[in-house]
Amino acid sequence: MKENIILYIDNQEVKADKGQTILEAARNAKIYIPTLCHHEDLCIAGNCRVCVVEIEGKNKLEASCATPVENNMRISTLSPKVRNARKDIVSMLVSEHNTQCTTCYRNTNCELQDLAFEYNVDNNVYISLVDHKYHIDKSSWSIEKDPSKCVRCQRCVRTCSELQHVNALTVAHKGEHMEIQTFMDLPLNEVVCTNCGQCVIHCPTGALTERRYYDEVWEALGDPEKHVVINTAPSVRVALGETQGMPAGTLVTGKMVAALKKMGFNSVLDTDFTADLTIMEEGTELLMRLKKALVDKENVALPMITSCSPGWVKYIEHMYSDKLAHLSSCKSPQQMFGAMAKTYYAAKIGVDPKDIYVVAGMPCAAKKYEANRVEMKSSGFQDVDAGLTTRELGHMIKSAGIDFKELEDGQFDSLMGVSSGAGDIFAATGGVMEAALRTAYEIVTGREVPFKNLNILPVRGLESIKETSIKFENCLPEWSFLNGVEAKFAVTHGLKNAKVIMDMIVAGECPYIFVEIMACPGGCIGGGGQPIPTNNEIRKKRMEAIYREDAGKKLRKSHENPEIIQIYNDFLGKPLGELSHKLLHTKYRPRNRY
Amino acid sequence: MKKVDIIFSEYTCEPYAVFKKIMKREKLEIIQELIQSGLRGRGGAGFPTGLKWKAANLTESDQKYFICNADEGEPGTFKDREILTKVPRKVFIGMGVGAYVTGASKGILYLRGEYKFMVAELNKEIELFHKICKELNFDFQVEIFLGSGAYVCGEETALIESIEGQRGEPRNKPPYPTQAGLFGKPTIVNNVETLVSAMMVCNMGAEEYQKLGTSDQRGSKLFSVSGDTSKPGVHELELGLNVADFVEEYGDGDTKAVQVGGVAGFCVPRKDFEKAIIGQGSTTGGSTMLFNSTRSMYRVLINYLEFFAEESCGQCTPCRIGTQQLLKGLKAVKNGTRPPEYLDQLIKLTNTMKIASKCGLGQSVGNSFASIVQNFREEMIY
Repeated sequence: MKENIILYIDNQEVKADKGQTILEAARNAKIYIPTLCHHEDLCIAGNCRVCVVEIEGKNKLEASCATPVENNMRISTLSPKVRNARKDIVSMLVSEHNTQCTTCYRNTNCELQDLAFEYNVDNNVYISLVDHKYHIDKSSWSIEKDPSKCVRCQRCVRTCSELQHVNALTVAHKGEHMEIQTFMDLPLNEVVCTNCGQCVIHCPTGALTERRYYDEVWEALGDPEKHVVINTAPSVRVALGETQGMPAGTLVTGKMVAALKKMGFNSVLDTDFTADLTIMEEGTELLMRLKKALVDKENVALPMITSCSPGWVKYIEHMYSDKLAHLSSCKSPQQMFGAMAKTYYAAKIGVDPKDIYVVAGMPCAAKKYEANRVEMKSSGFQDVDAGLTTRELGHMIKSAGIDFKELEDGQFDSLMGVSSGAGDIFAATGGVMEAALRTAYEIVTGREVPFKNLNILPVRGLESIKETSIKFENCLPEWSFLNGVEAKFAVTHGLKNAKVIMDMIVAGECPYIFVEIMACPGGCIGGGGQPIPTNNEIRKKRMEAIYREDAGKKLRKSHENPEIIQIYNDFLGKPLGELSHKLLHTKYRPRNRY
Repeated sequence: MKKVDIIFSEYTCEPYAVFKKIMKREKLEIIQELIQSGLRGRGGAGFPTGLKWKAANLTESDQKYFICNADEGEPGTFKDREILTKVPRKVFIGMGVGAYVTGASKGILYLRGEYKFMVAELNKEIELFHKICKELNFDFQVEIFLGSGAYVCGEETALIESIEGQRGEPRNKPPYPTQAGLFGKPTIVNNVETLVSAMMVCNMGAEEYQKLGTSDQRGSKLFSVSGDTSKPGVHELELGLNVADFVEEYGDGDTKAVQVGGVAGFCVPRKDFEKAIIGQGSTTGGSTMLFNSTRSMYRVLINYLEFFAEESCGQCTPCRIGTQQLLKGLKAVKNGTRPPEYLDQLIKLTNTMKIASKCGLGQSVGNSFASIVQNFREEMIY
């Protein structure tokens, strides 16, 4: 039902569709209206009142984010009445906010700071309401919560409930005591929180941040006894540029490697390599499950679901703890990397594993938690010592005084630095599925996956649940039991959508044999550790960049990666072999629902 | 000033005879009668009742809800409590007629949590009311929903959120409840007294009802009188009365100020008694508090502000922070940490709150603040 509406914003004629808000109409017409509680990903709140505008014929101002357009509306976004009210509102928000900006992690990347600047707010108009006895919750491995910086926009609350269906954060109390709390105000590490960090990238200020580990990393880098290796996740290379003032979707693989080398990492390696390794293990695991189900007629859990996303893993451990058998037993690429670095890599370069310090550069908050899981010590040491977000990496680059934009491209170091395009696309939702199918189909049939240029387009993009199916025919003798099987696959992202799939499984109505689930909307390119802001437009640009990276590579299938072939020859033996089992696979544990 | 006795008048005929009589009339005729009567909502916002019913009548839906707002929480207001204990039947008749006119099949009496003691008696009346509805072949069921004590839940959309099991926070409007209210269905929310008045209009006719009041405000209404008065309690008075007459009747001879319309209303100082009409422009919630010269208006205002800072739902900036700033700022002026001129900054702030807050709560806080600070400035400073 499209009905054209004409309205006038600041005397400019603007066309809009019925049902659009004034804010949407204004943005389409490139008219700026400031916002704070509004976020494209989330439902309308209309709480902060920063976006108020004047509508002719009305005495009260209206929140443009929440008011639908009407024909012939005449709107002013800049009248003195509007500007005075906005200035008052921002002044009030500042009075409630801990304005120690110089010590804040979000300094220079804070929406309240920008508004205070735009409206020339005098800090002294109102009396500070900050309670200086506030407590910063640092209990979680992943997320820190500083209530003194909260502006009560409820973006985190809406994120946690609408995007993730987790509801770790909620609004408590009312009036002057109103604040954002966990259940019973318990520490974050004691409540049902998946550590996905979506609250962090939706927070306009420094109230929710990732727990930072860069000081530990700088320490390690300065320690001559330590051999410090870093592995960078595929999605970091398409987002890191944003932290250095480059436009979204800039591919900075080479510059990133160069910067990390400058910072003093002994070896700069690629998580893409272990992404390829994951495909070998996970693809084989899937085929073995199918064999057990179809040939041995055993009762195995199908669909198998990916386990690369630690936010998703914790979600299923809490919410569907009786369905853990569906999870692939494979560790995530980060953890495979850690385990390989302190065994295979250590032996190859002749360094005692106790002196190896493994850093992971990730788009993720949950990866920090994952690195600290008790299961993740299969090398005999903590496999990954420190997890950094893309934002922290960006911070370290600035802190090192590196002129990022001017850097010459560097090359990943060898041994666990070579990767295929299949490893790259792990960055985007659908990537693991696509990479797995490229390899699994070829193992089974000896032929390339039947999609043009290996691009499995049905599983790409931001649609909430994506499906594809493949019919196996003329399989190699070992896999002949798959002849004629039409296998269905699904991909989803965002825990709200994960719930849909899980409920299908609970109801016994899940038609898929393999499902990819990522905790964050868009997959890792929209991860909780990515640069702020992140919205669909930016997700798309990062996504396009990663598919460009894949398309530009000669090597596009995990099983053809020479370093992968080498690691099996020299060390692991074969996928799902004894060593793989010990080092690359893990177990999950049921957790409380509440 | 004319005292009236309509609302609490005794039941004179068999139970629900009036209801049966009204239910024989055409829906549109009833709506027309209400519009003509000029009856406005008695909860405080003063929206014309007939128009609200008409809007709900015009909205098509498989399900509509009719809610009676008995979340009486305005400080100094206790009229709905009186109605519900003395003449609950009139309330249910009002609900029944409203449901009939608007096409609602489910009714909810949203009762203030502190009024739990009434539940047993009210349920007895509801049982009888259901029996009558059945007799009339009229599909309408009423149940009681107990509030949990938040003042803001008196705001109709916050009330709806509260029934849905959410935090009691006002919604963005539009859509208005008559378009999409409880569980997204068209919903009519009327104050207790409004329903009784609506029933009275239907019973006595708009023409008769119109004889009461002024062109601006028709009919009579209940006033909760408290404070420094010799006659505290609920009194039914013809609308359009001026404050001087009111003080003459209810004051203790030393009245220096009257708070009209509860803490969200205005404070009228002695010099304005003659010209001030109670509830000018729209009707009021009906809370009237009298203060004599022994009272500190500073303490009175601090008390109001502490109430608002506590009872704001906290979601929108102007209300959540504004109420705290008014409270802290007033204290700062009193104790000398801010200059007296800071009061003007605070009055400017009340203007922002009035035009930019999300709901009536934040929008009306400035009324009492500005009127008290402007009229009793010395008391605020010294």
